[in-house]
Amino acid sequence: MSTLTAPGTSARPVAVEISGTTPIHQIVAFGAMVTLLVLAPFVVYPVFLMKALCFALFACAFNLLVGYVGLLSFGHAAFLGCAGYASAHAAKVWGFAPESAIVFGTLVAAALGVVIGALTIRSRGIYFANITLAFAQMIFFFSLQAKFTGGEDGIQAVPRGTMFGVLDLRQTYTMYFVVLAVFLLGFLVVYRSIHSPFGQVLKAIRENEPRATSLGYQAERYKLIAFVLSATLAGTAGATKALVFQLASLTDVHWTMSGEVVLMTLLGGMGTVFGPVVGAFLVISLEHYLAQIGSWLTIVQGTIFIVCVLTFRRGVIGELGRLLKKPL
Amino acid sequence: MTIFGVPTQALFGQLLIGLINGAFYALLSLGLSVIFGLLNIINFAHGAQYMMGAFVAYFALQWTGLGYWPSLLLAPVVVGLFGIVLERTMLKRLYQLDHLYGLLLTFGVALMVQGVFRNQFGSSGLPYTAPAQLTGGYNLGFMFLPTYRAWVVVFSLVVCFATWYVIERTKLGAYLRAATENPTLVQAFGINVPRMITLTYGFGVALAALAGVLAAPIYQVNPLMGADLIIVVFAVVVIGGLGSIMGSIVTGFGLGVIEGFTKVFYPEASNTVIFVIMALVLLVRPAGLFGRAT
Repeated sequence: MSTLTAPGTSARPVAVEISGTTPIHQIVAFGAMVTLLVLAPFVVYPVFLMKALCFALFACAFNLLVGYVGLLSFGHAAFLGCAGYASAHAAKVWGFAPESAIVFGTLVAAALGVVIGALTIRSRGIYFANITLAFAQMIFFFSLQAKFTGGEDGIQAVPRGTMFGVLDLRQTYTMYFVVLAVFLLGFLVVYRSIHSPFGQVLKAIRENEPRATSLGYQAERYKLIAFVLSATLAGTAGATKALVFQLASLTDVHWTMSGEVVLMTLLGGMGTVFGPVVGAFLVISLEHYLAQIGSWLTIVQGTIFIVCVLTFRRGVIGELGRLLKKPL
Repeated sequence: MTIFGVPTQALFGQLLIGLINGAFYALLSLGLSVIFGLLNIINFAHGAQYMMGAFVAYFALQWTGLGYWPSLLLAPVVVGLFGIVLERTMLKRLYQLDHLYGLLLTFGVALMVQGVFRNQFGSSGLPYTAPAQLTGGYNLGFMFLPTYRAWVVVFSLVVCFATWYVIERTKLGAYLRAATENPTLVQAFGINVPRMITLTYGFGVALAALAGVLAAPIYQVNPLMGADLIIVVFAVVVIGGLGSIMGSIVTGFGLGVIEGFTKVFYPEASNTVIFVIMALVLLVRPAGLFGRAT
């Protein structure tokens, strides 16, 4: 089967919770995460945190697909980047308010998700990874050539504006808490989707698709919904990121970005709730500190990939969850 | 003289460029297909290994004075050995797991190798000249044909069909195809399947390195020369059908030519045409043009 959890070596979370109530340790972990993120900007450089939060949401969206449906998309940058372009264009050229720009970017990513999803969802495993990658590359070339994206320059000097007419986003702290709110909203959407009957069906499809089909679930439809949901949330991350950095550029649509989100999720723990968040913060910190030594970054990233795949397939949070005997 | 309002000179010029690109698509996707057939992994490091092939040729010339012709043999051997070590030490451990881990591992290897080369040699290309026997060209009347480019097309055609012949028409190839179908059973017949897997990976990697040497005089030697190319080749492989030998060769050359013609008639789409074709093929034949439905 095309799941990323291995037979025998069982890289799977320890227990499967069926009940409707949220386990207490997850509430505690969530509370800890929120507390940390609320206090963090007073200690750490807020722009760095905002970047990490955008990527954390991106990784959560990606994880929804890879961790719970077992589909590894190697083209998720397409959604991040397109939504970024859409929201930047809307805010700068059409003068949209920031909230509308983010919603617009998200909707564009959702629409793109429907198109690409409909074309790719029938394939699985390696084919799926390959095909999503190729589609993302198509989007990259489109972004490179289209007029409104500004080619190599990207869309620069995107106004942050005033959210809901009251929140002045030019203030760094205001912007930070808006980004935090967007992230938490996205995080909860993912959490809710995973821990709903819908999420159970996704997991069933991941484990054994023919069986799920024989039980009467239309596997392709479920997978497509998950794909679109994942694309949409990746779009939210991209749209928000464009406002934070006041820039939408080719970096966000390039395939290296798709690789980066895979790295974040793998390092944090595929198929865990908090893993992608931790992974995103780790990878972004790494980039932050290695930025001075240039091309060493890709060497380090490559090494982490290799080490994770060979010895550390559960990721940081997956291993932690195993030690605590609780799925995180 | 013009055809469809395009000067023949330009038309045949682009056709030749298309054939050259097609030759590289075919060689690279052939290697990917051979590897995929037996190992069931997509070798993401293929682009990096293609680049390594070009660099081995460059080093051979710079350090030992070995020219193009010895490199044509040396580079595939050296990089193929690198592939064999990679398979023995790392990939081997992943066969029990989901095949996607193989993709992730080779992706990591690609990042690392490209990073190391970029660290040492920067991102600008290093020149590598074609051997004296292959410089110059022929004036065919309707176009000018550089000898080296003609050589690349002919030589890669020969390599592709030799590979096809070995896999489809010889006993060794029969073992290989049998092991692709059912490795356990083939092993039960006393054939050393793990060794065959190792050698197959080495061979696929060697093909990439060979393409790298062929490309060195045309595109220069650059640490990132394989990084973007490989994604186009992935699309070519999807169109041809993963694991299909003939499919790789035919779609490789075919798509190169189509891309070349797109440059003449609608240049804006030349980068995306292969991906558009991929989308269309997926709609009609999800397993690819030459692939078998799974």
